[in-house]
Amino acid sequence: MAAAFWCIVEDDRQGTPKKVMAEVLGEASRLAAQMNTQAEAVWLTDKATAEGLKLLGELGAKRIWLVENTSLAPYRAEVWTPIVAELAARESPQAILAPVTTRLRELMARLAARLGAGLSADSTSLALEDGKLVATRPVYAGKLLSKVAWAKAPWLATLRPNVFRPADPQAGAAAQVERPTVTMPGEAMKLVERREEASTGLPELAEAEIVVSGGRGLKGPENFVILEELAKVIGAAVGASRAAVDAGWRPHRFQIGQTGRTISPKLYLGFGISGAIQHLAGMRTSKVICAINKDPEAPIFKIADYGIVGDLFEVAPLLTAEFKKLLEK
Amino acid sequence: MKILVMVKQVPDTATQIKIGGDPKSIDTTGITWIVSPYDEFALEEALRIKEKRGQGEVVVVSLGPDRVKEALRSCLAMGADRAIHLLDPAWESADTLASAQALAAVIKQEAPGLVLSGRQAIDDDMGSVGAQVAELLGWPCASWIMEEAIDDAGKAVRVGRQVEGGLEVFELPLPAVVSAQKGLNEPRYPTLKGIMGAKKKEIKDVKAADLGLAPAAPALAVLKLEALPPRPPGRILPGEPAEAAHALVRALREDAKAI
Repeated sequence: MAAAFWCIVEDDRQGTPKKVMAEVLGEASRLAAQMNTQAEAVWLTDKATAEGLKLLGELGAKRIWLVENTSLAPYRAEVWTPIVAELAARESPQAILAPVTTRLRELMARLAARLGAGLSADSTSLALEDGKLVATRPVYAGKLLSKVAWAKAPWLATLRPNVFRPADPQAGAAAQVERPTVTMPGEAMKLVERREEASTGLPELAEAEIVVSGGRGLKGPENFVILEELAKVIGAAVGASRAAVDAGWRPHRFQIGQTGRTISPKLYLGFGISGAIQHLAGMRTSKVICAINKDPEAPIFKIADYGIVGDLFEVAPLLTAEFKKLLEK
Repeated sequence: MKILVMVKQVPDTATQIKIGGDPKSIDTTGITWIVSPYDEFALEEALRIKEKRGQGEVVVVSLGPDRVKEALRSCLAMGADRAIHLLDPAWESADTLASAQALAAVIKQEAPGLVLSGRQAIDDDMGSVGAQVAELLGWPCASWIMEEAIDDAGKAVRVGRQVEGGLEVFELPLPAVVSAQKGLNEPRYPTLKGIMGAKKKEIKDVKAADLGLAPAAPALAVLKLEALPPRPPGRILPGEPAEAAHALVRALREDAKAI
């Protein structure tokens, strides 16, 4: 059997793999099958749960390399990198994949440097061509796509959330759990504190399947409540344009765009957003794009699948009511 | 304390980007070049550290062709003390890792107490160089920082790193590499005095051989650039707001199956 496709596990820090792992394991399994090999998970955590291990198996991991140690939390690249590198040197995986999250993006970069391997960050498509992996990734504010290939294995790539088809969980499929002995690296960084964000009760922006986003057209911070009401009904995250963030209406972590988050939801609804290039860079890979704007000339209508030219203060509550009617049926 | 800032020159966001003849790179005619915005946050932070401590040196480093001098000059105008230009035909097709290796080599020579960069350059959006430089140097790193405070002794830096669901504050022993996220600060504009003064500041050219680096094949190669697949034409839903809202929800359910 050829070497395996590894997936680095992102979890919720409570022992449960995040939703995005279904996408990474799904893609790894598809690619691995074409090379007659298998997908495997690599899980570094201070505390794994039986449910978490079961879930990884159901999502297609045939083997789980579990490294469980208290010094793995909080995540520090200087501790995690040598461990994954040590395992990779021993097991020689064909590829190492991970979802784009703040910590795994950093880990994969350090790992690539340690292994002297190429890394395709924020990939939106992976394919095998003549037995070699080719990745596609958006570049130049999403204006172009770049196709990249590796000089040698392991092929390292991070995958943009919500883009790859998730694995269908196979009930009863269990992974073989390995607990390899590794050298625990020394740590230089010390955690001082962790400040939790006040929970909005809505999904996280980066992995939400539906995103409602507001721009300058909202006229003020107090009006975001209109979008939050809509978001609650359809289970969406609420984002904002740079204009709204720079005006101080929303904290920066809600910004969508080139200097904010890159998102790729199944459904994006933009309210009072003109669609500047820098905003489009952060959401143009969304599957269905809707725009509600007073200005019929707003550039966002050029990439929108559906548009309403109108006053968002009128349209948004109407949409909330319509969605409510539909979803309560 | 010596602080080193890694910057990259990138096309302005609003610039139209066309695929070049090769087609692995872009056609650079008519492009407006800027310092990548995240790198400006990094430089601003370095300048603030120096001002707060009342002493020190801010060195900017960039890798790229001749035009990169312009970006370095604008960093000097903002207030950096001197610049290093990694300029060598050997780096023309440098990938992220090769760039990180060159930067790590020059950092070894310069031996700064702190290295800053932007969280990613807005041309290729790899967002990897900072962490890779840290790995090659064996230093700790923190990416996407929103806060920074160096202790008086210059031995450690406290940074707030943005993560999903919160902010993690870490203390890193120096030297270390940190990358700036938006929100860290508001970069200054160069003053006229700064712009005039920048002309007299040093930009030193450094070649691969000066760093003892031999040319290497890229670990990740661009095969080609492609235009985006066209999106299917959109539909404006006509009528009164209530009518349009009803039609949109129906279309999202029945046609797009998005809800």
